[in-house]
Order: sequence, then C-alpha cells, then structure tokens
Amino acid sequence: MSSSTVAMPPTHYLNNGLTLKSWLFTKDHKRIALLYLVAVTFFFMVGAAFAVAIRLELATPAGDLLSDENYNRVFTMHGVMMVFFFLIPAVPAILGNFLIPLQIGAKDLAFPKLNLLSFYIYFVGSLFTMYSIVSGGLDTGWTFYTPFSTVASTSAVVPAALGIFINGFSGILTGLNFIVTIHKMRAPGMTWFRLPLFVWAHYATSLIQVLGTPVLAITIVLVAAERIFGFGLFNPAVGGDPVLFQHLFWFYSHPAVYIMILPAMGIISELVAASARKQVFGYTFVAFASIGIAVIGFLVWGHHMFVSGESVYAALVFSVLSFIVAVPSAVKVFNWIATMYRGSVSWETPMFYVAGFIGLFAIGGLTGLFLASMGLDVHLTDTYFIVAHFHYVMVGGTIMGYLGGIHFWWPKITGRMYNDLLGRVSAVVIFVGFNLTFFPQFVVGYLGMPRRYHAYPEEFQVLNVLSSAGASVLAVGYLMPLFYLAYSLKYGAIAGDNPHGAVGLEWNTTSPPPTENFKTTPVVTWEAYEYPTPVEGHVV
Amino acid sequence: MSNAASVAHDEQPHHPRLAHHFESLEQQTDSSLFGMWIFLATEILFFGGALMAYMIYRRWYPDAFALASSHIAILPGAINTAVLIISSLTMALAVHAAQTGERRKILFFIVVTMILGAAFLGIKGYEYYEKYAEGFIPGLGLEFRFPEPEYAKNAQIFFSIYFVLTGLHALHMIVGLGLMTWMFIWVKDGVIDTQYYAPIEIVGLYWHFVDIVWIFLFPLLYLIGRHVHHG
Amino acid sequence: MRSGTPLFPEAASTIAPRVDALYLFLVGLTAFMTILIAALVVIFMIKYKRRDPNSIGARIHGGMALEIIWSIIPLIIVLGIFVWSTGIFFDIARPPAETMNIYATGKQWMWKFQHLDGQREINELHVPVGRKVKMIMTSEDVIHDLYVPAFRVKADVIPGRYSHIWFEATKAGEYHLFCAEYCGTQHSGMIGKVVVMEPDDFQAWLSGGVQEGSLASAGSKLFQDLACNTCHRPDAQGRGPVLQNLFGKTVTLASGENVVVDEAYIRESILTPSQKVTAGFQPTMPTFQGLVSEEGILQLIEYVKSLKTDMPVSAVRPNTGGPAPNENTPAQAPPTRN
Repeated sequence: MSSSTVAMPPTHYLNNGLTLKSWLFTKDHKRIALLYLVAVTFFFMVGAAFAVAIRLELATPAGDLLSDENYNRVFTMHGVMMVFFFLIPAVPAILGNFLIPLQIGAKDLAFPKLNLLSFYIYFVGSLFTMYSIVSGGLDTGWTFYTPFSTVASTSAVVPAALGIFINGFSGILTGLNFIVTIHKMRAPGMTWFRLPLFVWAHYATSLIQVLGTPVLAITIVLVAAERIFGFGLFNPAVGGDPVLFQHLFWFYSHPAVYIMILPAMGIISELVAASARKQVFGYTFVAFASIGIAVIGFLVWGHHMFVSGESVYAALVFSVLSFIVAVPSAVKVFNWIATMYRGSVSWETPMFYVAGFIGLFAIGGLTGLFLASMGLDVHLTDTYFIVAHFHYVMVGGTIMGYLGGIHFWWPKITGRMYNDLLGRVSAVVIFVGFNLTFFPQFVVGYLGMPRRYHAYPEEFQVLNVLSSAGASVLAVGYLMPLFYLAYSLKYGAIAGDNPHGAVGLEWNTTSPPPTENFKTTPVVTWEAYEYPTPVEGHVV
Repeated sequence: MSNAASVAHDEQPHHPRLAHHFESLEQQTDSSLFGMWIFLATEILFFGGALMAYMIYRRWYPDAFALASSHIAILPGAINTAVLIISSLTMALAVHAAQTGERRKILFFIVVTMILGAAFLGIKGYEYYEKYAEGFIPGLGLEFRFPEPEYAKNAQIFFSIYFVLTGLHALHMIVGLGLMTWMFIWVKDGVIDTQYYAPIEIVGLYWHFVDIVWIFLFPLLYLIGRHVHHG
Repeated sequence: MRSGTPLFPEAASTIAPRVDALYLFLVGLTAFMTILIAALVVIFMIKYKRRDPNSIGARIHGGMALEIIWSIIPLIIVLGIFVWSTGIFFDIARPPAETMNIYATGKQWMWKFQHLDGQREINELHVPVGRKVKMIMTSEDVIHDLYVPAFRVKADVIPGRYSHIWFEATKAGEYHLFCAEYCGTQHSGMIGKVVVMEPDDFQAWLSGGVQEGSLASAGSKLFQDLACNTCHRPDAQGRGPVLQNLFGKTVTLASGENVVVDEAYIRESILTPSQKVTAGFQPTMPTFQGLVSEEGILQLIEYVKSLKTDMPVSAVRPNTGGPAPNENTPAQAPPTRN
C-alpha cells in the first residue's frame, strides 16, 4: 500500500471554484475533461438507445418493430452518434485532456482557451445533429454515399452534415493543442523518449486529427453544396462521379478509425505497465508503431472500395498496404504480453480490461486481414462480417480501453476508490456480453446477410437472436459502472496520491490534483515506467 | 523513488500578457506560432480536397473546363490578384512595424490591408453578379445558359467547383478582416508591444496563406482557357 | 433456399471453393493466434500474480531479437496471404473472354434482368450450370450492389456507368440475391433469387417464355426509329463512323487517345457524343440523353455488337474528303442482321 497521505487534499481542481460559471468558463484542462465526460456519456447513451432498437428489430426476420424508413434512420443515427460524438472524442477529449499536461509535467495544455472552445464547438455540433434527430433523423447511413445523400434522401441531411462538420473542428483544434503541448510544454528532463506511451499515442492520433479531418470537412461542404445549391459535383447526370465522394470520404474516414484506436492502445500501454509494475517491453517499438500506424493509415482508404469500381491496380496497392498496417498493431500486442512476463501482475479491474482488450482486439485486428484480402473482401464487404469486425475493434478495443482508463485513473480524477469487485464483475459481464453479441455476426456475415438490412431471410434468425441476447447482457455490463462509479464519488475510500503504486508524473501529485497540477515544476531524471529496483523496496 | 529536484516557480516580474501556464514569453510565442502553422496545414488539406475534385474533373473534361474558364473575365481576377499581393506586402509591413514598436505605423498598415481586402471582396461580389447575369450559376434553381450547349453539362461542374473554391476563399477573407479588426483594437489599446506582438505575426501568417490560396485559384480558374478562341 | 440454421453458405460457383479455402485458412490463423494470445495473457496473469503488495516486476527493457522476429514473421505471413488473395481477386475481377452476357439494371427497389434473346426477369435470374455468365450492370438512380452469396461475388451498380460481375454456376438450385449497398427505404426488400438450372432445363425455360424478340432486334428497330442509320451507314457515306464489326476494336479519338469500343464507350457516345469523337470525324452527333432509356441503350449496344459482316472492311472512313487511313477495300457488303 502506498505510504503517502490518505486524506483528500484541502484544495484541488474540483473545489477550486464551485459556481456553475467557474465550470462553464473554466480554462482548466481537467475540468474541461469532465465537461466532455458528461457530454460524451450522454451521447453514448443516445447511440446505445439506437443500438437497442436495432437489436430488438433484428431479433425477428420480418421488419415488424419499426417501419423501414424508421429503421434506416435508427441505424444511421446509431453510427453517427457513436462515431462522431463518442468514439472519436472519448479518449482524447476526456483522458487525453486530463492526463497529457500531468504526464509531461506541464501546468495546462498550450492553449487552454482553445481547449474550452473545442468543447463548445463539440457541443454546438451536437446540437445540430440532435436537431436532425428530432426533426425526423438522417437515413443515409453514417457514410452518406452519393447520389443517395445528395439527390434521393428526403431526410435531414443538411443539419446532420452541418453538425458533423462543426464537430470536426473540435477534433482538429484538440489535435492542434496536443501537438503544440507535447512539443513545447514538456517539463525539464522529459525528453521525447521518456514520454509515457499514452502521450505518444495521442501525438500520433493528433497528427491524424489535424491532417485528416479537414478532408471530411470539405467533403461535407461539397455534399451540402450539392444539396442546398443544386451544384452537381457527384451527380452523373452532369458528368459528376458518385465514386469521387467515396474517395474523399474514406480518405478521412479510414484514418478516423485509427483516431479511435490509437488512444485506447495508449491507455493499454499505461495500464499494462502499471498492472505489471514493469517497463513496457520494447518502448521504442511501441512508440514508433503508433506513428507508423498513423502514417500508413492514410494510405489504405481504398480498401473500402474494392467493389466500388476502382481499378484493379489501385485495389492491389490498397490491399498490400492494408496488410502492412496490421504489423505495427501486432507488434504492440506482442510487446504488451511481453510486458506481463515476469511482472508483478495485479488482478484489479484495470488488468481485466487489459486482458479483455488484448483478446478482443486480437480477433478484431485479425479479421481485418480477411477484409484486406481482396478476393475474400468481395464476398464479405457490406455484410455483417464487416459489422462484426469493426465492432470488435471499436467496442472490444476502444471501449474496453476507454473503460479501463476511466477505472485506472478514477482515483486520480476524483480522489476516490470504486468497489473493485464490482469493477471486475462488470468487466467480465461486458466481455461475455460483447462476444455473444458480435461473434454470431461473423457467421451470419459469411453466410451472406447484408448490413443495413431491416428484414432478412429466416435462416439467419437464430444467429440474430443470439446477437440480440448478447446485447442485453452487454447493456447490463455498461450500466453497472454508472452506478458504482457514481456511488464512489460520495462513499468511496480516499485514494491518496498513488493508490496503484504506479510510475508517472500524474502519480507525483495529489488525487485530485491541484488546479495548477504541480506545486513545483518537476524535473525528470528517470526513464518511462522506471520502477525502482527491489532493493529500494516500496514505491512512492 | 522520490520526486527529484524540482524547480521553484519563477519569481521575476513577467509580462502582463504572459499566460500563467507558460514558463516564459518566449515559450508562449513559440507555441502560438507553431499552433498557427499547424492550423495552416489543416487549411491546406481543406482546400486540397476541393482542388483534388477540380483536378480529377479537369482531367476528364479538359475541353469543357477550358471553355468554361474562357468565359470568365480575366481583368477583375487579375486586379484582385494584384490587390491581394499588395495586401500581403502591407501586412508584412504591419508585422515589421510591430517589431520596431511603431504603433501608428502598425495601425496604418492594418487599415490599408483591410481596405485592400475589402476591395477584393467588392470586386468578387461584382464578379458573382456577372455570373448571375450571364447565367453561369449551376444551381439555385437558376437557368444555366452556356454558349456551347454540348459542353453545358460538364461546364456546370466547372462552375460548381468555381463557386465552392472562391466562396470558401472569400469566407476565409472575411474571417481575416475580422481578425485584423481585433488586432487593430489591441494595438490601439496598447496590448501589443515590442515584446508581445505574436498575435500580429499570427494574423499575418493567416493572411499570407489566404493570399497563397488565391495564387493557386487564379490560374486554375481563370487562365486555363486562354488558348480558346471564340468570336 | 435453405431451411434451419446453416452456419456456412453453399458453394455454388467455380470461384467459391477458392474463396472458402482462403477464408478457412484465415479462420484457422485467427483461432490459432487468438488462443495463443489469450493463453499467454491468462497464464502470465496467473503465474506472475502479485502476491506481495509492494513487489514490482523484473527490470527488462526489451529485446531486439524478439522485436525483429515478431515483426518479420507476421509481415511475411500477411504478404503471403496478400499474394494468395490477389490471385483469387484477379480471377473474380477479370471475366473470361467468352461469356454469356446478361444485363442487370438496379433501381429503387428492384432488379431487372435482360437476357440477350429478350427474356426479361424481375428479381429472379435464371442461369444455366456450367456456363460462364457475365452480368453487365447499371443503376437508374442511386448506387446499388448485386450480391450472390452462394457465388461469392458482388459489385456495386452505379448510375452513369457499367460495372460487371462474372460467375460460372456449379450446382443447380435456388440461391439468394441481395442488394448490398444501402439505397434507401426498401434496401432490404431489394432481394431475389438466382435459379441455376441444368443446361437442358435452362434451354426449355428460355424458349418457354413470352418471346418479345431479342435485345439486338429491339435495338435494330430503335436504331431506325431514332434515325441513327442516317449518319451511321454501312457504306461509309454517312457523317458518322461505320458500326459494322466495330465492337471490340480499338479506335483512335480526335484527341489522339486510343479507346476500346466496349459497352461503356457506346453508352458514352449515345449520351455525351462530343466527349470522345473518333479521329477524322466532326463532333456533330447530337446527344440522345433523355430520348433513350437505359433499356434502350442496352438494346442499341446489343444491336451494334450484332453488326458483323463477312467481308473485310475498314472500320471507319473519315468524311473529310481526303484519303482514308488504312483503307483496303472501297466497297462494303450490306450488313447482315440477326
């Protein structure tokens, strides 16, 4: 057990200013992280509600619960809310915002006011998108392919597109903030290769945010221009090319999935090091793997278009690069496992999320190989196999990582400990529910069930029922943390500075930290994850 | 492991504009400029997407694009190009004046830059009106009247891209005018001094970028039809 | 189709077993790696479980040898998979030279199939076993996708252009046909079936239906109705190129480019004739956009394909009055029509 104080510090960032104004106009990155936490959790619930409707409908082959129009809006809004308002912001805007200044020894991000602006931009974007939901919803799929989205859809395309456009700037500005912060605000002695891997992961993510999101922005502008002004950029009737939209769209949206997974991988690096009390094996390789994934990730977008009419030679290039981008991810998984070897492995909740992440991400990542294989992708694309693949990496990967991080840093953020038994139980419930929900989808996908189908042939029913049953288990698993984490805020044990006995600058300050993060600027003289030798005994 | 030697907070008096989370004004200036360069990188990608669409369609429909471009009057565009280049010069002179602390000069050059920017927008507005009068607006329910009917369809694509690119550019210029107004106020109120003029530099960077975008747009939109002769 | 709960799709085409082989290999690889990874995680969690709350892990930075091994071996494996899957893909993407062609048109929310001899089907596609079939497809509105899981083939069906899939069915039976690109309200209703028949049964089915005349003969009529024959004359006296024996040849355009006269080129020539004018001809052909339907275009294409003569002829003859390039025979025989 830690030998440091077990009393709450008298002043910290949470009680430094108790008015609503001090929260809504805060410049403190930690408070902004919590503003995001509330908003992101709310939008996750909205997206999850749509998921519940999908799985309820798909429990029977006939389209009997929702009309086809409503179903199309439901799956579209599920995708839009989850991708743009949950998966992309969650880890960077909450944990990244909170931890990056702490982990590098800075008082705040480089641009605190810009950080707050990012939050309000996110919020305004969400208002437009929520407006589109209540005014009937969007029915184009989150990918809003042309010409359906520009010409045929009668749904609220423009408000939703505007919401996503605005929301994109939140990500761009957050990425910009992180890049400048990591370059310019590191404490003395915190060299690049002493940085926690969480920071490296967010640096790579920010590169993608900053270079990729603007392309989504211009794509949305072009779609909106076609819809509002009648410009025919993607309209074949005037010689426009609907497939050009797909190139522009996927040029951003493929790197976007790396925006979603890299931060979660950063969390896992931290959690595995802390849970094994050991340096991450192959630190440099893991750091460069993050950068490598970001760079190569920009070059593979055409693997979403193998059957869209792109040339065979283009497809070749995209396929080989898609295979190559799998290697750095595999390297990371092997390094994490090697970190556990001869570690002192904790069995607390974060480690359960690490184990869950590694297992589910392995399956998700390996099923990506199926899809990089052009000859196989022809059969699999646009089926439930794809749906299963991306849920394995985004939910089995990103959400497991996110929840593991929330649990691991909860004591630092709130100063309280949650009930660890409940934490482990819900991790297991999530793991079981997740597999039950999504594994059958691989099977039904190979059978040929297309995605975005409201009704389906009877022989697919049993697998769909299994999936829907799994979804109810998964829902329970996701709801549990809401309760025991909220409970801990009032009744949880006081955490102390470093309840995990971990190494990292964030653990060298109080829990919760003071507004300025550190009483005195730290000077770093040790390597990342440098646990003291056994001779020295216990950790600080 | 104990917390190694920590550095006590700087006790020297600091510039009133030094934000508390920075260690020094130099760190703050460095960070701000770096941040603006990254933002400009995002803008390159943003305009780049539209330019990509332009390049692809031009490769597919070279004749329609050349013909459509040949119907755009060169003179207003050329004047605008000169106006913008001069405005970049005046902007750079404003930054220089900030470095030497000559307040009135800074204000003067900011105002001149803004006047030139407004002139650009005025001429652009006139050009847009011309397009409307000639029937070259490919949407908004308006009739599209193209002199060479066989190329009318693909010319619509050219003009769609024309309006998207020049429209976005004009929006960026309006934002630039807003930023310069803000700088004018700060200079007048004495917020800017010889140690703290990074904001002027940053606005200058932005304005130069907007100028460079136009340097690309002018030849691509106005000059590709120069070889086309029509009576 | 199938009842109960199948867990693996039927394989009813020549390419299906190859796709399945790759799939099963990858399933095996995934299972192996996942079990290995999961086992290591669990074993390490158990074996190195923290007993003393103050204990820390061993001081190990990393190992270059391991890093190289577990980077290079996966790289080699994935590149091997790449080569295997590319071979399959090339065969899927490139139809053989001789195929039985069927036209498919997707529109919200149904499939229309047209056999060359005139048989039309809606949402049902009859094909024979053992024939290489190519579907030439376009859309009348938004992007759709023709997908036959049992054949393991699909391709997007795009407005404004032609795409294709090809297959050779190996087993008689009925198989699902799905639209696999979200296309609006009744996307999941845009389904049907492929009926694969033994060759004799297929012939019987072909001749049993209501004969509306072949696509080519309908095209011949349209060719006259739209007055195409006033410019495209077999005696090379018209203002347009001779169409006899033209299909499949390579022609040079006014821009200097060479193009193959395929379905897409004929379609473009009907709808946007001034884009790709043949060298030596004036761009005087009017556009027929709005005057001819997608179906009509298919009929005209089939008609042009059917224009073969026995006499060697020069494919085109410019009407500029100067000497024609590659001219060998001055006169041509009257065209034979199917």
